[in-house]
Amino acid sequence: MNANIRNRLLIILVLVVASVWALWPRTVTVRERDPKTGVFKDTTRTRVPLKRGLDLQGGMYLALEVDDTKGVVQNKSEAIDRALKVVRNRIDEFGVSEPVVQKVGADRIVVELPGIDDRARAEALVQNSAFLQFQITDKTQALEKALGRLDAAVKQSGGATLATAKTDTGRSASPLNLFSAADSGKAKKDSTGNDTSTAVATGGPFSKLIQPGQMPGQYLVAKNDVPTVQSYLDRKEVQAALPPGKAVHWGSEDLSAGNASYATLYVVDARPIITGEYLTDAKPGSDPTEGNLVSFTLNNEGGRRFRTETGKHIGDYMAIVLDDRVMGAPPVIQSAIGTRGQITMRGADLQKTQDLALVLRAGALPVPLKVVESRTIGSSLGSDSIRDGMHAGIAGVALVILIMIFYYRFSGTLAVAALLLYLLFTLALLAGLEATVTLPGLAGLVLSIGIALDANVLIFERIREEMVHGKTVRASIDEGFKHAMSAIIDSNVTTVLTALVLFEVGTGPVKGFAVTLMAGIAASMVSSIFVVRTFFLLWLNRTRGAQTLSI
Amino acid sequence: MLRILHDTKFDFIGAWKVTTFVTLLFILPGLLWIGVSGYKYSIEFTGGTLMQVRFAKAPNVADVRSTLDQAGIKGAEITQFGTDLDYLVRAQDPRSVAQQTRGAESVATEIQAALTKRFGASAYTVQRTESVGPKVGGELRQKAFYAVLISFLATLAYLAWRFEWRFGVAAVVATAHDILATLAFIKYANLEISLVVVGGILTMIGYSLNDTIIIFDRVRENLRKRQKVTLYDTLNRSVNETLPRSVLTHATVFATLLALAILGGEVLRPFALVMLFGVVTGTFSSIYVAPPLLLWIEKRWPRTASDTGSANRSRTAAPRAPAPRATMSR
Repeated sequence: MNANIRNRLLIILVLVVASVWALWPRTVTVRERDPKTGVFKDTTRTRVPLKRGLDLQGGMYLALEVDDTKGVVQNKSEAIDRALKVVRNRIDEFGVSEPVVQKVGADRIVVELPGIDDRARAEALVQNSAFLQFQITDKTQALEKALGRLDAAVKQSGGATLATAKTDTGRSASPLNLFSAADSGKAKKDSTGNDTSTAVATGGPFSKLIQPGQMPGQYLVAKNDVPTVQSYLDRKEVQAALPPGKAVHWGSEDLSAGNASYATLYVVDARPIITGEYLTDAKPGSDPTEGNLVSFTLNNEGGRRFRTETGKHIGDYMAIVLDDRVMGAPPVIQSAIGTRGQITMRGADLQKTQDLALVLRAGALPVPLKVVESRTIGSSLGSDSIRDGMHAGIAGVALVILIMIFYYRFSGTLAVAALLLYLLFTLALLAGLEATVTLPGLAGLVLSIGIALDANVLIFERIREEMVHGKTVRASIDEGFKHAMSAIIDSNVTTVLTALVLFEVGTGPVKGFAVTLMAGIAASMVSSIFVVRTFFLLWLNRTRGAQTLSI
Repeated sequence: MLRILHDTKFDFIGAWKVTTFVTLLFILPGLLWIGVSGYKYSIEFTGGTLMQVRFAKAPNVADVRSTLDQAGIKGAEITQFGTDLDYLVRAQDPRSVAQQTRGAESVATEIQAALTKRFGASAYTVQRTESVGPKVGGELRQKAFYAVLISFLATLAYLAWRFEWRFGVAAVVATAHDILATLAFIKYANLEISLVVVGGILTMIGYSLNDTIIIFDRVRENLRKRQKVTLYDTLNRSVNETLPRSVLTHATVFATLLALAILGGEVLRPFALVMLFGVVTGTFSSIYVAPPLLLWIEKRWPRTASDTGSANRSRTAAPRAPAPRATMSR
């Protein structure tokens, strides 16, 4: 075997290994909704890393714009930025995995929620305007006192059914385990006596998932347990058992300790010290001594209230709550604040500073939104589509293989072998580009098989002609590949040009078509030309320059 | 070696009068019909609401219709979709579109409320909804129009760079013919213009141009090799030589498209149909439109020695025979 063939085989081997690696099933954590209870939970699944579009896995697509029927909105682009913050915040509460929330153009927000086809919930996303409030975090350990009641409420309302076995064992082994004896002893001392079960509340279904955080009223929940805790908090019985006069909110930021990552849960005074309607503006800034900070302004009435309230709460932590979610870490109140206040960011970067200013502005100037486009696809319809697409693909490939082998015999078999590599390469390319496979994308894949074979047909026909002209087999093959090249390149360029235009213009599904078509063309240049040529060279080498070729 | 259509000597070019008549007979009435009654456009383009509903047991269509009428969703179109359990409800008339300026979802919510009230929430499931406000529909219409235009111009630019202008013009006219023929086909087949169909048209443009390019590539090569032969004969020879390739390629693409059209489901069927027709018209135009047109152009604007050089791209130093004079009849 000469060096040329060896190098070619080596390249093919590397490509195959890389492709298989790109497509190797991976274990990912997906958050899915339990079809019976409707509660989201994390499960690990092993699957091929190809992203399916909403039309294949089911889900919802929404396009939102500023609703200017409810009053003129100045500077729509800036308003959309504020709305984006609010929408993103609310989407986080949906708990779907891999949601897409992005600004498109100057005045539109696009939301994609895989696995959700509940239009009513989506409407709630946009119909309520953003609600911002400043709430003081609880410093009376109200949650600790209520833990016993909460555990009982969980047991009473169906028990800890949703906690997965895996996370349970993980928890009990954790050295950080919650309310230690000392803690519960303190809780006992504080307890009013009406609730004697408080002291023993350490191993209950609710209390074991929660541990105290770094400031009063802050609690930590391991990331894996978040869906379970949320499902408990959603239960009526549990809500009734929560400490009166307090509200429970998730935080927007996670904390990490060692390898573990924790979500934050806050218990705050239900009564806000001030709400967004009194805010007039907020700006990010920086100060030579304090570092990054956000300065905000309140109107006169707000300033009066705020001065009184902050005066009562010096030294307390003030949670900034947007739509029931605590944004960032609550700052401590250092002195009474009037109409102008500052939040120093304690070393946080500029991004976080700008984010907080945006949150405050979003609360100060809510943006009315409306849905300008919505699509929902049920997941059963998606799996039907995948099945149809697979059937069509298999039937198409089978027909094509028959035609090629019937007409070109041995050479056709080589082309078919290359076609299998082609499919592998194309799918690997799609996985590598993190492209989304959509229903039209499946059509593009099936269609591109025809295009891949066109190159082989052009080459084979050319080889035949050269052989008819009396050239040797080796020379015919060389000439055939050489002369077919210009036609192959021409035809691929025109297809890529149209695919590019489609990519620019199309929405999700059609974009998927364009991407698969382009990936297919790239893969076919390798498989139909390089791989088939290598097969021929290998064959010539084995047969020591055959006199006849079955083509 | 299994050979089909090997070494054929059909006079393709000579048949241009008949084929031109045939294609005009197909295209002109179609365009006229489009001019009179226009196209059906999908929800994406017009705005409106579409809801695909699966009933637990086959409903009475008249009942569904009257239910929606009573709920004030007038002009809703109800069609069976695949099985007798699946139905499409479409509210696409200007009134329901106008209602969606306030929020695209409002009509969908009304339809669902009406169905639940009449049949109960468990009697049906919503498989798919599409609600498009008028503004988004308008934008998409504009985008689709530009898409067809831009891809047409992009291929034009490529041809201008790749071929001498006479070839380019012939190929462009052939492509324009394919677009018109496909537009007529869409009308005859009563397909709805959707984004998927526009995608089909664009893909068809690329595909049909391939065919023309492959034949022209051969023409260019044969012109270089045999300079004494008339262009008429060169064209015929080139079409005949590329015939086995055309048959094989079209057979494979046709097979995959047929599989898509039959098995690929309702959503992909319009795309597959447009592409299937595109394969037919693309083959037709690359044989019967582009080469005769090239011949005609050569007759009107005969090539000079300097033209031949650029057309052939190979600038051999050897003295050339005079450029072939093209004639329409032998």
